[in-house]
Amino acid sequence: MNKSVTNRRSFIKKMAMISAMTAAATMFPGILFAKEQEEGIPEDANLDWKKGPCRFCGVGCGILVGIENGKAVAVKGDPNSSVNKGLLCVKGYHQIMCIQSKDRLTHALVKKNGKYVQTPLNEALDIVANKMKDTISEHGKDAVAMYTSGQSTIPEGYVASKFMKGAIGTNNLDCNARLCMASAVTGFLTTFGTDEPMGCYEDIDHADYFITWGNNMAEMHPVLFSRMLEQKSQRSAKIIDFATRTTRSSLASDRSILFEPQTDLAVANAICYEIIKNKWVNNSFVEKHCNFSKGLTNMGYGLEDNYKFTDKPEKIDFEAYKEFLKDYSPEKVSRYSKVSVRDIKYLAAIYGDPNTKIVSYWCMGVNQHTRGTWMNNLIYNIHLLTGKISQPGNGPFSLTGQPSACGTAREVGTFTHKLPHGVVMNPKDREMAAKIWKVPVERIPAKPTYHATEMFRAVDRGDIKFIWTQATNPLVSLPKTSRYRPGMEKKSCFVVVSDVFPTPTSDVADVILPASWHIEKDGLYGNSERRTQHWNKMVDAPGEATADAWMFIEVAKRMGYGDLFPYSKENHVEEIYNEYRQFHEGTKHGLAPLEVLKKESGVIWPYVEGKSTQWRFNAKYDPACSNGEDFDFYGKPDGKAIIWQRPFEEAPEKPDQEYPFWLNTGRVIEHWHTGSMTRRIPVLHQAMPNAYVEFHPDDAKSLGISNGENIKITSRRGSCTLPASINQRGLPTKGQVFVPFFDENMLINDVTLDAFCPISKEPDYKKCAVKVEKA
Amino acid sequence: MPVKSYLAIPLEGKKDELISALRNFEQCEVVPAKNQDVLALVTDTPNQKVEEVLKEKIEAINSLKLLSLVSGFNTPYN
Repeated sequence: MNKSVTNRRSFIKKMAMISAMTAAATMFPGILFAKEQEEGIPEDANLDWKKGPCRFCGVGCGILVGIENGKAVAVKGDPNSSVNKGLLCVKGYHQIMCIQSKDRLTHALVKKNGKYVQTPLNEALDIVANKMKDTISEHGKDAVAMYTSGQSTIPEGYVASKFMKGAIGTNNLDCNARLCMASAVTGFLTTFGTDEPMGCYEDIDHADYFITWGNNMAEMHPVLFSRMLEQKSQRSAKIIDFATRTTRSSLASDRSILFEPQTDLAVANAICYEIIKNKWVNNSFVEKHCNFSKGLTNMGYGLEDNYKFTDKPEKIDFEAYKEFLKDYSPEKVSRYSKVSVRDIKYLAAIYGDPNTKIVSYWCMGVNQHTRGTWMNNLIYNIHLLTGKISQPGNGPFSLTGQPSACGTAREVGTFTHKLPHGVVMNPKDREMAAKIWKVPVERIPAKPTYHATEMFRAVDRGDIKFIWTQATNPLVSLPKTSRYRPGMEKKSCFVVVSDVFPTPTSDVADVILPASWHIEKDGLYGNSERRTQHWNKMVDAPGEATADAWMFIEVAKRMGYGDLFPYSKENHVEEIYNEYRQFHEGTKHGLAPLEVLKKESGVIWPYVEGKSTQWRFNAKYDPACSNGEDFDFYGKPDGKAIIWQRPFEEAPEKPDQEYPFWLNTGRVIEHWHTGSMTRRIPVLHQAMPNAYVEFHPDDAKSLGISNGENIKITSRRGSCTLPASINQRGLPTKGQVFVPFFDENMLINDVTLDAFCPISKEPDYKKCAVKVEKA
Repeated sequence: MPVKSYLAIPLEGKKDELISALRNFEQCEVVPAKNQDVLALVTDTPNQKVEEVLKEKIEAINSLKLLSLVSGFNTPYN
């Protein structure tokens, strides 16, 4: 047989192997084929292996990309990466297959007389710069906006922030990470005063229990889940799945506990009630390291345009907190959460046992919640009351969904309220930014403007006249796209979309800019465990596709801000990173020098004196602790974390007579987010070609619905028709339907509600009311 | 000239035995899962008849519990 990797038969065999592995991944939670790539590569293949991070999800697996004759032809897990130890999931393994897609955006397209015309990139960038400049001079700087991504690299996010806030002087910058982990940020800030998890993935090797809160890790974070399964099999570690739907994760867990949507708030409080009642509180930890507070309640849900909310924290004492918890006895909570008293007590006993180590994991179930900040606070409460935090194998850990939601969105700060260090509201943070950026401090506005949902409402209202989106697909991913798609189509707003592939968002653009895929440029990402990862460009981008950072710089130069962006095309990533590092100097967030990142498969910050800090706030591991105690929550002025009194409040929309089902939306293992990349990977697309609506078998039976039958899902916002799925991938509870959102041909977000957490402004994609009927 | 892929599930405790047995067939490529008792298997044969004979031989392996077809391609050599 011919052994060239590129020959047709070898390719077909590889596809066949991939098909088998993909099928296995959908059937066996957490399954991994560690040597799969090597097995598929002939011994005489002369590949040059380049290291980098995976393009999908926030786990941040290290990958090695095999390059042959200037083309990326293979991917394998990086054995030197402590994240994945050489393992990869089906998406990671197949990722490079999308970049050669036939419909790849290779040249700029400008809409002329209703048709897209291929245009030289320089000319397209002239059009973008002139339009932005004209809009500012005619309507003011707050008439232009930028919407970026947790898939943008750290330098891209940094340049976007500097361009919008430092050069133009508007805070009209937000990103799609608002849709996935903003509640985690506000949860960290309100409880600890500083963002991002205190622990790291090595916790998996030490924990006795993993409790997953509304989190289907077997499909969304498969490599981490496989590491948990390994501990389950080797050390008898236990996995408890606490969710509203039975998933592949539930099936692989030791116990699956289901709850009624929204009542996780009450169950978390009931766990705290039981911990206190049974005297499982770590009193010395709480006395030394915790304060108690309460905030405003009945905050609303942000359903109206221009909704504003500011919390008013008020200190309380432990006694007042105990009094509050009296409404959350397991008996009372069981009545409306549908979690048995026994199961609530079981969960509390696990957390309360001083001899067990526990990691709590969560992602979208907790964050995409109209009380998402509160839910984050409540999980922290449990860990703080028991002192199970900031130690190997003990801690709360919010996972992220995108490869650089942490590194770019949260750390660089591509949110309206953020700066690379701190927030726009803080004069000292503005002064630091102005000094490093070499701009007058008055140019950086002190007030945040539009968060993601409100930004697209402003487009619809006509307040924003120019918007530039990069590496994101809001017209599939926003909630209530039934409003925001027509909004973006209005002539009142000039739309620029920078992306790798055409999407429903680029379909409404006035200018489409061709972007490089991640391995076609130098870059840095930051993952969920505070790990910064660098990679060098591995292959050339096709046509005129260009790195987003360089397109921002080119537009900035054309608008007269060239002196603020003195970077060279060849070395701009290095120059930008070195400038950015100045924002985080010190022991609390020090970033590793680029020379170190180039050698290592990622480095966790704070990087102090040549070492990563794996467990923050613990004096044994974290050099930033300075209070002389075992723990120092130094994000707060007095070094104490806050246990928050947060009540259960109902969802904004519940099933009723007219709309009798809960709608829950989410993801599947084969596709990443809106599917713009994974649907262009044939084997993944074939494995999961379209979305579907899952029913509980009892509901399907009473409605006379059978598998594959087309069903129309309708809410007060819109409708979507999909084939029914009964007893297949997942099993929703009775009275609930589930739909994955990856399919641009079946836009379930036309149906969802744009309610959000008033503190984080993150929308809730997990709960709204719908009716179902045969289509 | 068919190329087919399967998931092969061994009897309990017989994973290594099944891997060896399958690797004895020149037309088989096997990639075992690292953390589950499942093997991804690809067969590459010159024609349908040989494919059928091979499948019968595979199904006769004592350590095999279940063989499940995932995909099939019929293609000329290059």
